[in-house]
Amino acid sequence: MDDRVELSLHIPEPFARPGETPTFDHVDIPAAGATRRPAVDAAEVDMRDLPYGMVRVLDADGRAVGPWASQMDPEFLRRGLRAMVQTRVFEDRMFRAHRQGKTSFFMKSTGEEAIGVAQSMTLAADDMCFPTYRVQGWLIARGYPIVDMINQIYSNASDPLKGRQLPILYSAREYGFYSLSGNVGSRFGHAVGWAMASAYMKDHRIALGYIGEGTTAEGDFHEALTFAAVYRAPVILAVTNNQWAISTFSGIAGAEQTTFAARAIGYGLPGLRVDGNDFLAVVAATEWAATRARTNLGATLIEFVTYRVSGHSTSDDPTKYRPSDEPVHWPLGDPVERLKQHLIALGEWSDERHEQMQAELTEAVRTAQREADAVGALGQSKPSAREMFEGVFKEPDWRVIEQRREFGI
Amino acid sequence: MAQMNMIQALNSALDAVLADDPKTLIFGEDVGYFGGVFRVTDGLQAKHGLTRCFDAPISEGGIIATAIGMGAYGLRPVVEIQFADYILPAFDQLVSEAARLRYRSNGEFWAPITVRSPYGGGIFGGQTHSQSPEAIFAHITGLKTVIPSNPYDAKGLLIASILEDDPVIFLEPKRLYNGPFDGHHDRKLRTWAGHASAEVPEGLYTVPLGKAAIVREGADVTLLAYGTMVHVGLAAIEESGIDAELIDLRSIVPLDIDAITASVTKTGRCVILHEASRFGGFGGELSALVQERCFYCLKNPIERVAGWDTPYPHAFEWDYFPGPARVIAALRRTMEA
Ligand SMILES: Cc1ncc(C[n+]2csc(CCOP(=O)(O)OP(=O)(O)O)c2C)c(N)n1
Repeated sequence: MDDRVELSLHIPEPFARPGETPTFDHVDIPAAGATRRPAVDAAEVDMRDLPYGMVRVLDADGRAVGPWASQMDPEFLRRGLRAMVQTRVFEDRMFRAHRQGKTSFFMKSTGEEAIGVAQSMTLAADDMCFPTYRVQGWLIARGYPIVDMINQIYSNASDPLKGRQLPILYSAREYGFYSLSGNVGSRFGHAVGWAMASAYMKDHRIALGYIGEGTTAEGDFHEALTFAAVYRAPVILAVTNNQWAISTFSGIAGAEQTTFAARAIGYGLPGLRVDGNDFLAVVAATEWAATRARTNLGATLIEFVTYRVSGHSTSDDPTKYRPSDEPVHWPLGDPVERLKQHLIALGEWSDERHEQMQAELTEAVRTAQREADAVGALGQSKPSAREMFEGVFKEPDWRVIEQRREFGI
Repeated sequence: MAQMNMIQALNSALDAVLADDPKTLIFGEDVGYFGGVFRVTDGLQAKHGLTRCFDAPISEGGIIATAIGMGAYGLRPVVEIQFADYILPAFDQLVSEAARLRYRSNGEFWAPITVRSPYGGGIFGGQTHSQSPEAIFAHITGLKTVIPSNPYDAKGLLIASILEDDPVIFLEPKRLYNGPFDGHHDRKLRTWAGHASAEVPEGLYTVPLGKAAIVREGADVTLLAYGTMVHVGLAAIEESGIDAELIDLRSIVPLDIDAITASVTKTGRCVILHEASRFGGFGGELSALVQERCFYCLKNPIERVAGWDTPYPHAFEWDYFPGPARVIAALRRTMEA
């Protein structure tokens, strides 16, 4: 008789599919204020509990509580709220622009705005972020002209990237925003290299790399963590865990048994797990990690726990693979509503002011879109076809010169 | 027989092999419950079970590495890479592992894997959803590279690829998924409905690798193409009024060298067409082969029509794409020169 165990292949499955009742019981969420805040120069070996906790500041009543709460200037918070709302209004409008045929493609960050916005406002003007497509709020928080974002999305004659790149894959060096590309994960190591260069030059600048939780499966993620740890690079490595990677839930990226923050432990890096829908928590965790980076204590891995409220992109229909009411069951709420509630609780904001701001920002996006529309949407206007042949090399070689001639310009 | 577009034909191929051989299985990003971003694996998990068609982590290197391991064990994995542009993170697995396992182990191990991936432009996908990487695979000894141009071939070639004991890169022209696109982007879209090659048998059948198809017979010039460009080439021939012979290579490794030399020997002229950028493209290999084997029959220099030597630019999709006008110009040049 053969009493050996028959092997079976495990394939992770999400907790609810369309038609089933959504649940997030599997996401461990400690109370606001419950997770400790170690001294900024604490040793990594003494912080190995943090990847399993969750840095949270805002409680259910919108109060800032616990060790990660600090005195924050209400004006700073209002600016954060404004940038988040601006991001949401802008993205909704561009999503509609895609439906109207004005562009080929668009992606939204609805529900995740706190991450890009808060980090953009927390890091220094000359720090460099290596973004994903999910942090357009970074640019908006730094005042990048919305009309230029739309021109890029339209690939029109005023597109700062000359029609060469897919919509929203911006590049904005002056705004600390590294060139985006369509292949996911491949810039994560660039953030580490940039940080190593800064250290090599005895500079003061640090870098921030973003990666989606799905993309942590790429080798790029693990390579970047290794280099960051080995060279103690002054970098913050941020995983935006929005639960979904197109149609695959985070379990397919390895979340069934552990957290993404806990990946840090194996590399000897500090790992923080942070409420990504809590503006104050994002700021606090980013400040903590930035201080470590700026004082030669090296890299920190931060997992921001959040939720992708919209579809993956304009090409996606999330009701095909997750319950259509899943977003309303997300336990960490809406980052905009939570910051608004906090400001109101402080006596620094009101529903009326919020509505007024919303109207103002909607008008600002409309005005910017009118300006971009006047230049032309996709197909109505484009840069000179000469631009297609420029920038392959610093100086064009004979192939491009001949081909440009063949093309007739 | 049923009318199928290319997506349905590929789905039907996968369905048939899953039903036929329990050692075949499918995995890749978003291919499981959802059925793939282009819907090629739609319904296969529900029909054949969770372990026969499942989602993979976003790790192309991991997908191909594990497929090789499964293949070495004795399975026949069929993996999807969501866009051909994203095969590159797995390049070392293909070049140093899949392509050499048989040779270096003296036949003890081999990698009977099929890597399916949509390639090519024409959908405003920008730089990283539009590329045609076939030449870099053709350069690697030990890999086969297959590119269908219609639903009937897509199904038959895919089944033949899966049955191969050697690794196959199966590139699907995504612009042909829903219809025979001929490069006239400003005209009404055509679907596969009513197209002869959209008559696709149910069940298993194969179209052999390494056997080109003569799409149109002609006397004066040979036009070599594959994938999307077969349809662009056909439109160009019809519009030019030139009596060209159009050959659909179907697979570039193995390459049907006999079909090529027979045609060029007959016509004495040759135009090569691909969407990938020109320099170092597969057209260079074809041109060299034709020159080596048909030099004394050639009446005129061989012409190549290809994408420009730049990345695929979003706003300039149709300036980049080698459409019928550029093919006609090349056909004329080779007739007049
Ligand atoms: C190298 C590579 N593989 C696959 C893709 C296709 N793709 C684009 S986005 C995406 C999902 C990414 O998910 P995640 O990292 O969780 O980020 P999110 O979109 O959820 O913010 C995939 C698979 C790609 N763009 N690049």
